[in-house]
Amino acid sequence: MARYIRHACASCVLLLVALLVNAARVQLVQSSSYDANPANRRPTIARWQQPRGDILVGGEPVTGSTDTGEQLRYERTYRDGPLYAPVTGFASQLYGTTFLEHAEDGVLSGTDPMLAPLPLWNDVTRRASPGGNVVTTLNRKAQQAAYRGLHGRKGAVAAIEPATGRILALVSTPSYDPAELSGNSEAAASAWARLNHDPEKPMLNRAVRQTYPPGSTFKVVTAAAALDAGVVTDLDGRTRSPDPYRLPGTDTRLTNEGDGCRDTTLRDAFAWSCNTVFAKLGVDVGVADMTATAQAFGFNDTRLRVPFAVAPSTFDTHVDKAQLALSSIGQYNTRATPLQMAMVAAAVADDGRLRTPYLVERTTRRGGETVAGGGLRPERQVMRPSTAVRLRELMTDVVREGTGTNAAIRGATVGGKTGTAQHGLGNAGVPYAWFVSWAQGDDDPEPKVAVAVVVEDASADRGEISGGGDAAPIAKDVMRAVLGL
Amino acid sequence: MTKAGTAVAAPRERARAVRLPRRRGVELALIVLAVLLSVYGYCAVGLARSGTVPPGAAGYGAGLGVLALFAHVVVRIRAPYADPLPLPIGVLLNGLGLVLIYRLDLETPGDRAAPTQLVWSTLGVALFIAVVLVLRDHRVLQRYAYVCVVAALALLLLPILFPAVNGARIWIRIAGFSIQPGEFAKVLLAVFFAAYLAANRNALAYTGRRLWRIQFPTGRVLGPIVTIWLLSVGVLVLERDLGTSLLFFGQFVVLLYVATGRTGWIAVGLVLAVLGAVAVGRLEPHVNGRIEDWLHPFATIEAGLGPNQLAQSLFAFAAGGLLGTGLGLGHSILIGFATKSDFILATAGEELGLAGLAAIILLYALLVERGYRAGLALREPFGRLLAVGLSSILALQVFVIAGGVTGLIPLTGMAMPFLAQGGSSVVTNWAIVALLIRVSDSARSQYDGQEAP
Repeated sequence: MARYIRHACASCVLLLVALLVNAARVQLVQSSSYDANPANRRPTIARWQQPRGDILVGGEPVTGSTDTGEQLRYERTYRDGPLYAPVTGFASQLYGTTFLEHAEDGVLSGTDPMLAPLPLWNDVTRRASPGGNVVTTLNRKAQQAAYRGLHGRKGAVAAIEPATGRILALVSTPSYDPAELSGNSEAAASAWARLNHDPEKPMLNRAVRQTYPPGSTFKVVTAAAALDAGVVTDLDGRTRSPDPYRLPGTDTRLTNEGDGCRDTTLRDAFAWSCNTVFAKLGVDVGVADMTATAQAFGFNDTRLRVPFAVAPSTFDTHVDKAQLALSSIGQYNTRATPLQMAMVAAAVADDGRLRTPYLVERTTRRGGETVAGGGLRPERQVMRPSTAVRLRELMTDVVREGTGTNAAIRGATVGGKTGTAQHGLGNAGVPYAWFVSWAQGDDDPEPKVAVAVVVEDASADRGEISGGGDAAPIAKDVMRAVLGL
Repeated sequence: MTKAGTAVAAPRERARAVRLPRRRGVELALIVLAVLLSVYGYCAVGLARSGTVPPGAAGYGAGLGVLALFAHVVVRIRAPYADPLPLPIGVLLNGLGLVLIYRLDLETPGDRAAPTQLVWSTLGVALFIAVVLVLRDHRVLQRYAYVCVVAALALLLLPILFPAVNGARIWIRIAGFSIQPGEFAKVLLAVFFAAYLAANRNALAYTGRRLWRIQFPTGRVLGPIVTIWLLSVGVLVLERDLGTSLLFFGQFVVLLYVATGRTGWIAVGLVLAVLGAVAVGRLEPHVNGRIEDWLHPFATIEAGLGPNQLAQSLFAFAAGGLLGTGLGLGHSILIGFATKSDFILATAGEELGLAGLAAIILLYALLVERGYRAGLALREPFGRLLAVGLSSILALQVFVIAGGVTGLIPLTGMAMPFLAQGGSSVVTNWAIVALLIRVSDSARSQYDGQEAP
């Protein structure tokens, strides 16, 4: 009988071994596929189990977390939500994440392996690290100035530090409070529906995700191309341009807002924004050189990330001469984000060098140790330094005595360019008012800020619209905030 | 037989000869360890959930400790030669079960099961003490074989008079307490099977007619036991308690094999099991659903209905990984209904990880192995068969439940011995441990003063 008892015992042991093998299969071999199953709520629960790391502006968090005591425990809170919404985006338990909340989600939620002091050991224990912080490059005062300036209007502001590419301000209005979307309640769902159906599109990030026809502000690019290509060698030489200008190969006549553009100098054409002169300049430079300069500034770059994706600004490369003429004055298919136009101003301000803009200075662990630094982005030479010097002269003239006098700051050198972009079917829409500029304090060794402002519905009266009137004062306030004047 | 009898009856003669180590000290040390581990788990849950040691920790530890010590003292006095392992294993598993139930209670404020479970555990240990005290020799049970079988059948039939709970008629509810009589019946049936097979094993093994390769015993010997067995399984099928019927089936086949040594029984048993399983799986919609779930655990997700219990259980095990999330830090409550009973192992798997789960399964394996060892060491067939029967019940039950919740076999609602919420189950398992202690005491004391085995 003993033999049979041993056999029976062996089969029982076999059963228990089968259990162990199967448990190892479920818990080790197939665990990642079970974890990844969309119906598995655990990753969501784990994600909100601990407070999210914070996004910092000027050393102060603009985000927070509140303990709800529910299954999805911590909810996102925002300080000055609408002000920073284009930067932070939202972190919603129902609708996911956007912008910095999305781009830096690994750090903020604590899943980034870099956060763990012992990465391999953490893989074994699967212990979550506390969420890290994201330190932004934003300048609080500049951000506030931009938001205040746009108040009640539809538009966007982007400001960059030319020497580094640090983004100092990124504002879009009308805005919304991302805190409304944080939780998983009915209120969050109805806020989501309301925000998505709002015709004003408050969740649209106009500073980086919306492109506008840049209008006359694009003349900075055209001027850079003309000077670099040697089409114009003397700022004060006659340009031999007719007024009106017949677009090559068509009967369309291009005119100007004011008089005195015929054969005028580049200096005056720039100061008084002569369409005819710059349309002809673009044609004289040619598609190849215009394209090269525009792309050097960042147009047609689909890969720009700051670290969230920026909508590509476009300069059409398959154009005839008439289309090239229009493209060169910022119309036809030429479109730019406010951030792109701020990059244009920044390149002029920094001797023709352009650094890729960035928004994250560094990421840190909860305690403050740096996990990853922003670091200086590689620079590229967009135009000859001498061209940049001459463009600065042109832009300074605009502010001193041209269309941009509203941007002048006492105690600083300011260069700018106004723009008024036609749009809509038959140009029937309210024109967009643009202003791009840079500023250098009298005591500063180099320009400290480059700004682009766009105001969509500056005024109901078309005739009154101008970049100088509506957009320049906003740019001025932002620049003053950065310069501390 | 007679030598074993005299050894028990004449303790004084032992003093002169070689003494077997009794290892009661080992048992005490292991019990202390088991109680400390349970209290540690209890504190870990509190620390993980609220950052403080739960206020009841000292009382809980003292309660469990006093219970275990009582049991130990009784074993020391009345079964001094008993195997030192079954009691600490029972204490540890029961303590761990209480910790897990307490931990799940925290998530269901309206339904606190741990206090009730503690009451039942106390009753279970009391039964353990009573069995060890009253039952001086397990062979006495042989005389009550037919009382046992009548009682078992009565207990099995009783729930038919009561309303069904969650589709199964296996509970009776009296004054707020719900009892699962089938749990007690399995011990009683084990006693009957062991007694009957011990008495008739020669007739079963060597008489009867031979059909082709298999020798079938005469109907006169086989008849009664098959009748009893069919009756109990039939009742269970009626009550839709398929887990227990599977258990009885397995236990019966194992005992028949051990008693007669005929491999043919295993073959016949397996064939019958397969036929029965196929038939029930086809005909019974409840079971059919379970089999479908087992084959396609994520079918409900693909159908857009969300994960079912088995899928949630698999998610829980997967979330545990190698080392688990830590006590109190998992989310096995997502499994929903029956987290504290049928699916309690998922909580163990999630929060203690594969490491903890393996430890628990090894504890069961150790308990089963010690039971078999006691059976092997005994010299009379009834004790042997009783030990084998009780051990294989434990092994099969662990396999059926753990295999069910980890997706190895279709799910059958049953309670993990000691671990799961369920009074009848805890009490029954303490009775099983008491019988194993008694059997192992006889097994080891019979050699004392003689040549050690």
